[in-house]
Amino acid sequence: MAQTTAVKKAWRTLIWLVVLFAVLVGTIAGGVIWSTATWAPKLALDLQGGTQIILTPVTEQGQTVTSDQLTQAVSIIRQRVDASGVSEAEVTTQGSSNVVVSIPGTPDDATLNRIESSAKLEFRPVLLASVASSVAAGSPTPTVDPNLSTTPTAQPTNASDLAWVTPALQAEYDNFDCASTQADNAGLAPAAEPLVTCDSNGVKYLLGPVEIEGANISDATAGVATTQNGSSTGQWVVDLTFDSTGTQQFSDVTTRLYGLTGVQNQFAVVLDGKVITAPSTNSVITDGRAQISGSFTQTSAQSLADQLKFGALPIAFTVQSKDAISATLGSTQLLSGLIAGAIGLLLVIIYSLIQYRLLGLVTIASLVIAAALTYLLVTLMSWRIDFRLSLAGVAGLIVAIGITADSFIVYFERIRDELREGKALTSSVQSGWKRALRTITASDTVNFLAAAVLYVLAVGNVRGFAFTLGLTTIVDILVVILFTHPLMTLLAELPFFRDGHKLSGLDPRALGAVYRGRAQFRAPSESVSAAKKGSSSREVQKRQTIAERKAAELAGTSAKAGATDSKPSTDEGKNS
Amino acid sequence: MASFSQFGNDLYSGKRSIDFIGRRRLWYIISAVLVLIALVGPWLRGGYEFGIEFRGGSEFTVSQVSNLDQTLATNTVNDAQPGVNPRVSTLGTDAIRVQTDELDPTQSTAVQNALATAYDVTPNDVTVSFIGATWGADITTQAIRGLVIFLVLVAIFMAIYFRTWKMAAAALIALLHDLVITAGVYGLTGLEITPAAVIGFLTILGYSLYDTVVVFDKIRENTASMGERGTQTFGEMVNLAVNQTLVRSINTSIVAALPVASILVIGSFVLGAATLRDISLALLIGIIVGTYSTIFIASPLYVQFRSNEAKIKKNDARVLADRQRSTAAAPSSPSVSA
Repeated sequence: MAQTTAVKKAWRTLIWLVVLFAVLVGTIAGGVIWSTATWAPKLALDLQGGTQIILTPVTEQGQTVTSDQLTQAVSIIRQRVDASGVSEAEVTTQGSSNVVVSIPGTPDDATLNRIESSAKLEFRPVLLASVASSVAAGSPTPTVDPNLSTTPTAQPTNASDLAWVTPALQAEYDNFDCASTQADNAGLAPAAEPLVTCDSNGVKYLLGPVEIEGANISDATAGVATTQNGSSTGQWVVDLTFDSTGTQQFSDVTTRLYGLTGVQNQFAVVLDGKVITAPSTNSVITDGRAQISGSFTQTSAQSLADQLKFGALPIAFTVQSKDAISATLGSTQLLSGLIAGAIGLLLVIIYSLIQYRLLGLVTIASLVIAAALTYLLVTLMSWRIDFRLSLAGVAGLIVAIGITADSFIVYFERIRDELREGKALTSSVQSGWKRALRTITASDTVNFLAAAVLYVLAVGNVRGFAFTLGLTTIVDILVVILFTHPLMTLLAELPFFRDGHKLSGLDPRALGAVYRGRAQFRAPSESVSAAKKGSSSREVQKRQTIAERKAAELAGTSAKAGATDSKPSTDEGKNS
Repeated sequence: MASFSQFGNDLYSGKRSIDFIGRRRLWYIISAVLVLIALVGPWLRGGYEFGIEFRGGSEFTVSQVSNLDQTLATNTVNDAQPGVNPRVSTLGTDAIRVQTDELDPTQSTAVQNALATAYDVTPNDVTVSFIGATWGADITTQAIRGLVIFLVLVAIFMAIYFRTWKMAAAALIALLHDLVITAGVYGLTGLEITPAAVIGFLTILGYSLYDTVVVFDKIRENTASMGERGTQTFGEMVNLAVNQTLVRSINTSIVAALPVASILVIGSFVLGAATLRDISLALLIGIIVGTYSTIFIASPLYVQFRSNEAKIKKNDARVLADRQRSTAAAPSSPSVSA
């Protein structure tokens, strides 16, 4: 009865495996038909080549780039590239001021923008604003006295003070054409000076000096805005959290602006010199939280959030050149790796057949299932998070053969241990499984822990490694639970294995079992002393083995008569 | 192979037993010598050689070329300036990019001229610049921070799972032993440390702990019932567990090492793929040392760490006393049954 439930359970588990495969294949097929997925994993820079982008700094007049700034820029760009997946891009410096980014494949505009935009976020108070239609006329804003000279009449008392607006600035503002200058290097005005710029809808702004810098943002996340009653508006926004300095500054600004009217009530969120949004101040905000809404899509909101989180580039960059770059290793190396891997796999197959006879076939079948599952997952992840296989990654997958095979070896050895105890095969499989699963889960937890921690914390190649390790660990657990164990359960029912055929790898005689299935005792092996015979069946029931007693005897003094020691020691055991 | 199967049975039954625990001093001395060589050897030889990915280097861009043959560049650089590890790739449709270890001005002029001659362009078409490390300090810092957090978490996990921090301590010492020796091989052979080698190194970190956990789990199982039957000292129980998992240890390390050895031999020596050599050497050494350290270092250390516990002392003392008694009594009492 117990066996039939085990068998039923085995079939059910195998069906789950089929379902898992169907879902994976279906998802990828769907991705191939309706999206950009492919049936083969994508390859990394070293194997496939990609694009080399040279970024050159755009600096304010006479400014030079320090090596510290360059190092910082490389680090930030690397995090931005990694934020979109695990493509293992290479980021480095060239000469004294350039940054070289090499990414696999051909980058689209969104990727380029993510890499090159400095993401310098500033909060500036609005002094003047007008819609684009009035640009050509150059009409002065009535609130400004046109007789002011080039220097402010009075020292501005705060960033919202209209004294900032000098006639020169007024003229610049008046002649500023959003349509023609949008691409120019606006936004390079020093933080302490006013700035003339536009937003994407063609609204022109004259903004006061910077009040809060992006550096004071401690976290940024993208999300969908909700209304006061909690329902989603469907509009993508970026939520900001300021650090303590930023919170204080933001509180001060909103306090001041709250008391002002007209456009001066607004503050502008300026990203790389362009106004993203210029909301009115409806209340004083003291909790250090702000939300930027604009014409965001999910991608642009996420991209901005990432950029803000990793920090602004200390210097602005522009793309100097963009060239296709060939693989550094090339197809011959990949081929070498694959040939070597195949030969290695063949050796593993031969070895497991020798060691485990036909049971080795279970290892081979399990490895095939593991390989198929890994292939599908890698392909899926290539599509979803731009995972790329580098040569080191391929080597990692080949090494995973060992760790995956170990799960089967641990399992088989446990089954053999149970057989040595004298259990029948069907029950050996079940009880061996319980103990093996514990070991496999514990050891895989260690690997998974390594993968998870490094994936979250590390960048670059290390992150790619962590991903591969995590993937193979999950595959290992899935295969041994969903395939190897059910298969063993079913095979244990076959006469060939159940009766312990010599070639089955589970021959109790070869394993020196004391008790055979179907209540047949056979003569204990010569290694067991005559005196131990009597105690053998009791030992088996107690789960603790003859073997362990035997070992104890061996470890003890050599001249020992079994009969005498078996009794006192049992008593001792009860007493203690 | 019947003999190997018999070997497994004997190890399991205890008929044959290798004294891993008792002879621990010997293993400790062997390991101490290996660790010493791994630490001092590289230093005597002149330190570790880090690849261009870590140190940065020189970059030559040959433009206006009509011939995009990459091996030509590799051979040219190797002839002009041996031992600078050129990495060649094509750039766009008419340029070749060569990255090498950092060169001084004289050397780089030599390479520049050699490349110009080889590709039949003027030396002005070969631009020279310095490139920074692609594996920058930020990657190293983040990776080390990640590793430290991982080691703390894994120590906590093992302490909870095995219900003793002493197993965690023994496992981590064995891990350190493996990493030092594996790193030492790079320092001693003078092989360049590339990102691929570091990845191999990290794989070993996972493998070493994995292997230790598997064997420790059997130790946990065997010693769980300590004090209930009492015919074995704690050390003997651990030794039996190690012996009982020895077949598994041998099988697993062979299965794990076979593909790696195949990559090392076929991939790098026969087909000449340097990246494969970098990663597979670290892996092969690591797998062997990782398996060794679990059996010869971690398990004896664990026994040693616990040997002063009152519970263990009591158990061992009683077992030994029993044994003394039964040995003394043995000659006078005949076997009960035959």
